[in-house]
Amino acid sequence: MTLYRAAPAATLRIVPLDALTLIYHRASGITHVVDAPVPEILEALAEPLGIDLLLARLAAGYDLLDADPAALAARLDELAAAGLVERL
Amino acid sequence: MRHVASLRIGPVGFRVGCDWRAPVAALDDLYRDYPKPEIPDFNVHLFAARPWRRLLRPSVHIGGDFVIPDAAPLPLAQGLLAAEMGMNLQMALGQRGYLLLHASAAERNGRAVLMTGISGAGKSTLAALLMARGWRLMGDEFVLLDPVTGLAHAFPRLISLKNEAIPVMEAALPNARFGPSLVGTPKGTIRHLVPDARAIAAMAEPAEPALILFPRFGFEPAERPVPPSEAFVRLTQASTNYVNLAERGFDALTRLVRTVPGRAIDYPDGKTALAMIEALA
Repeated sequence: MTLYRAAPAATLRIVPLDALTLIYHRASGITHVVDAPVPEILEALAEPLGIDLLLARLAAGYDLLDADPAALAARLDELAAAGLVERL
Repeated sequence: MRHVASLRIGPVGFRVGCDWRAPVAALDDLYRDYPKPEIPDFNVHLFAARPWRRLLRPSVHIGGDFVIPDAAPLPLAQGLLAAEMGMNLQMALGQRGYLLLHASAAERNGRAVLMTGISGAGKSTLAALLMARGWRLMGDEFVLLDPVTGLAHAFPRLISLKNEAIPVMEAALPNARFGPSLVGTPKGTIRHLVPDARAIAAMAEPAEPALILFPRFGFEPAERPVPPSEAFVRLTQASTNYVNLAERGFDALTRLVRTVPGRAIDYPDGKTALAMIEALA
């Protein structure tokens, strides 16, 4: 099973604004403008988690509109491609 | 270069070298009340691509410390515009000390209103109209945001009036100094307006940003708040050096949008816009 972990906290500057959150990724110099649940995913992935456990944590902590493992996997792939999440 | 003008606009010094006398004479005249820099930050070169093109169908190429390859030359009659474009280009491509916002700004009681938008939104005209109303003009093209202090620094270059804005400002400021009418430029007719004495005298004084305005000309009056995230995205698009400044740029811009309210206004004419701005600021 693939485990995911957020990029080291020291490499991210996370600034919540209104509905959206800004993330400056120091490693790439790229600014990301993200919506929920991305900040929540990054927070949960402070420790390595698999998709099922991550989904359970998110569902317990937040009102997930769409608790779908396939959708979450797609989000994690995007975040991994951006360098905000690492696959272990 | 045969002819040279040196001038300082806000915190930035320029040296403009030119193969022809006329553009430098126009700069010397229109910027006559501006200070001279001890050491220029940027050099602009206005030159003929071939020696004979200095005289024969003279066309002005824009060069300098920072250049855009293949930029189209301008006819000598538009040499003043070439000089202004050359200085803008150095700022847009070379400025590293400040976060550069493509915006106009005016200040009253230490509070600066920043106005940004696409070409034709009214940045220059609104800044010039506010100047005519007694505001301190900070600039019609660039606002320089200090990443350390968060303050807005002025860049009061000549105000670039285009097309229908020209008669509006000639009527509003009949005693002001204007440059020549430059007809047939890539943006239509352009006429430069010299900022008033106060704008020049106070150009080294920064101001606290108090309002980020997103004006649109040509619509019925309307106003809405612009949330910080939208202001952030629009201002990154309005900055030529956000990416180059890296985390300093991110910090400067997040600080701005978190602390300063954003408003979008639609307006059909200058009078309406002035009333809206003065009610907001």
